[in-house]
Amino acid sequence: MVHGELWTVKELFVTPNEYIYWSVQIVMYPFMTGLVAGAFVLSSLYHVFGIKQLKDIARFALVFSFALLPAAPLPIMLHLQHPFRGINVLMTSHFTSAIAAFGIVFSTYGAIVASELWFLYRKHFVEQSLFLKKRQDKTLSEKLYYLIYTALTLGAYDISEEALHKDEKAIKILAAIGIPVACFLHGYAGFIFGSVKANALWMTPLMPVIFIMSAIVSGIALCMLTYIVTMEIRKILACRKQSPTYSPECREEIKSVEINVIKMTAKYLLFFLTFAISLELLDLIFRGYTAVKSWDVLRSVIYGKDFTSIFILQYGLGNLIPFILFLTPGLTIRRAIIGVLLVMFGVFMMRWNVVIGGQSFSLTFAGYMHYHLPIIPHDMETLKEGLFGALGVFISPFILFYFLAKIFPIFGLKESH
Amino acid sequence: MISRRNFLKNTAKAVAGISVPLAALEILSPARVQALKADSAVRWAFLVDTYKCVGCGFCVKACKLENEIPYDANVTRTWVERYVLTKDGKLFADSPKGARDGFISTKIDLGMGNFHDVKKEEIKKAFFVPKLCNQCDNPPCVQVCPVGATYQAPDGVVLVDRTWCIGCGYCIMACPYGVRFFHPKYHTAEKCNFCYHRITKGLKTACVQACPFGARQIGNIKDPNDPVAKTITTERVGILKSEYGTKPHVFYIGLDEEVR
Amino acid sequence: MKNHVLRPLFVVIGIVVIVLLIRPFYVPKDFGIHERGYMYGWYREGNIEDWKKVTVKYQGKEYCKACHQDKVDSIDRTPHAIIQCENCHGPAMEHPSEPPKLAIDRTREQCLRCHTKLLYPSSGRAKLRGIDPDNHNPGIECVMCHNPHKPSLEGLK
Repeated sequence: MVHGELWTVKELFVTPNEYIYWSVQIVMYPFMTGLVAGAFVLSSLYHVFGIKQLKDIARFALVFSFALLPAAPLPIMLHLQHPFRGINVLMTSHFTSAIAAFGIVFSTYGAIVASELWFLYRKHFVEQSLFLKKRQDKTLSEKLYYLIYTALTLGAYDISEEALHKDEKAIKILAAIGIPVACFLHGYAGFIFGSVKANALWMTPLMPVIFIMSAIVSGIALCMLTYIVTMEIRKILACRKQSPTYSPECREEIKSVEINVIKMTAKYLLFFLTFAISLELLDLIFRGYTAVKSWDVLRSVIYGKDFTSIFILQYGLGNLIPFILFLTPGLTIRRAIIGVLLVMFGVFMMRWNVVIGGQSFSLTFAGYMHYHLPIIPHDMETLKEGLFGALGVFISPFILFYFLAKIFPIFGLKESH
Repeated sequence: MISRRNFLKNTAKAVAGISVPLAALEILSPARVQALKADSAVRWAFLVDTYKCVGCGFCVKACKLENEIPYDANVTRTWVERYVLTKDGKLFADSPKGARDGFISTKIDLGMGNFHDVKKEEIKKAFFVPKLCNQCDNPPCVQVCPVGATYQAPDGVVLVDRTWCIGCGYCIMACPYGVRFFHPKYHTAEKCNFCYHRITKGLKTACVQACPFGARQIGNIKDPNDPVAKTITTERVGILKSEYGTKPHVFYIGLDEEVR
Repeated sequence: MKNHVLRPLFVVIGIVVIVLLIRPFYVPKDFGIHERGYMYGWYREGNIEDWKKVTVKYQGKEYCKACHQDKVDSIDRTPHAIIQCENCHGPAMEHPSEPPKLAIDRTREQCLRCHTKLLYPSSGRAKLRGIDPDNHNPGIECVMCHNPHKPSLEGLK
């Protein structure tokens, strides 16, 4: 069977080779890249602009951004027909292609995040390494930790006041470079779509900007969600009677910290969300007003075939309701959870409506294609490019985060600066 | 002192960042640039006479067998479209199986199992349009290939390197004519290449040879004595979707505004 | 110890160097910029030869004539002269060595490609002699009565 035929249903006049070639993994790709970029921008807001209120979430967002890194190329690898040739993108890059920049931009970005993380945790690495070195009769896991931490110090054991001050400076500079790189990383993901002149829905210079804005929105939302979850777990742990830090007030203490951080971050979320929606609506209005040749078929897709997923799921459920939830006074954690989940769903639907929506009409402008997401996998293709493949991509950063958190303690680390 | 160090560090980083793409590029020597300017003596072009096409689909059949595209796979390098315009201004168009088996019924395939039979009294105009790769002078599919697996040969034909293609599908998305697809066996991007193995041996393409009515012709547009070149340069011919600026090299006689 | 700030940069440079060292071994020698410049001519030159090596399957009428002169001559006197032998007999390839026998398409659908009457103005199809497949002996192969090599009504079996 031809790639794409399995999940594509054609209606009216569609040319023989047209299928929905870019399926759910290409929806996941900008979605996950967006989360990476958004998480990093959130952490940089503290490091660069010194927004103190975000201090608690900043360190957390950085580690999470690192955990999300592999999840950006993962959907592409799952989508490629020849994943083992993926290295060709680095070996014979053809820079007139937007995708060719991926290897370079992504590696640069990865290096920046990793370096920033290294400076942030350098003191911890050195301390752990020295501590474990002195220890007699190391267990196997301690030996492993010792090796990891010693490697991570990169041989730099100087943790004097002066050295740490340099670290702080380096973090600030890296965070500053990181913001444009993160925006570039995601902006060019938008460019991949926006520059396809053959696709009437994709082709708009606004696409990269829309992608960046919604990326930041989704990144902030994910950080808020993960932050809440981690705080809830801490709350449960801290309030166990056998816990060494147990005190009757601790629960309230954590709770008040938590809601303050969430309230603060929610403001930034709404700010970027407003931006994203304005741009999307501008694009829609402009298309309708100029009404070029493709508008007839675009209108039938936007207001007809995809009405539910655009106006009800994306704008209604994903944008309008979170707005109401966050703007109603007296924000609670529970309401925030619902809000951020809906925001992330809204951004996902936006990616879906761009990627799948852009392929739901034929190049003839006289036919339609319907996408049916493979749910039960019955071969490699339906596993990779089906519901389970997409879920796997979504879950992978959380699994990685779990392991990363063992090396990079997110809470309870003494302030090094 | 520290800021200077940081400055140096950033500069080094930037230099390293720039040197990566530079290292990936081949540095052109002036002699090489000069050599590149030498023009090829051949530029293949195709001429389709839509008045002559009867929709028998022998071209599609021959193409699939000649170019080893699995016969029953629903993709094809070339295909024929049927356009039926009714007196009340409606357009019905189809290309069942890419017209591999021709058009043997008056019923128009509407997809999803529906058919529409247009009565002959209702027909205002109706005709067939063969389609194939336009071998554009500005091929958007080549522009977007991230690895250099698809390219334009010196004689204008756009080819795909099956050993280098990573299968990302960007070229398929970038083609405004829908001529590209994934090969069901090799899982790499696939397209019409004017039967490159035939034209370079002096043969006609499989579709040109198979066409009983002379609706398809291929020639060298740089040869003034070539009959196809003569027709293209002296008669009124059209191209598909000129608005994309791709400069197609498949020319059509009898093109209609309804042709997509 | 003073320059510990540069350590991550060394790691990055190390990775870049490794990639650049692998590159010459991984990328074929003939990969580079060719006639059409970097935008359209960035490729492995050997691939052009690869494509030229594809085997030719459709040999054309002249090839058939070498052995089947009589058949070609007889069909050349009929309106079917314009049809390539291989359109019905299948691609000759290396026939008679490989394949020794060609599979002939004698189906009704093969004839209907041209002879289903489609009254399409401004198309050559309208000028062809055709039938309504639903009413003209449905279900029966055309070759039961008509000889494709002598398609005129005198050729009726």
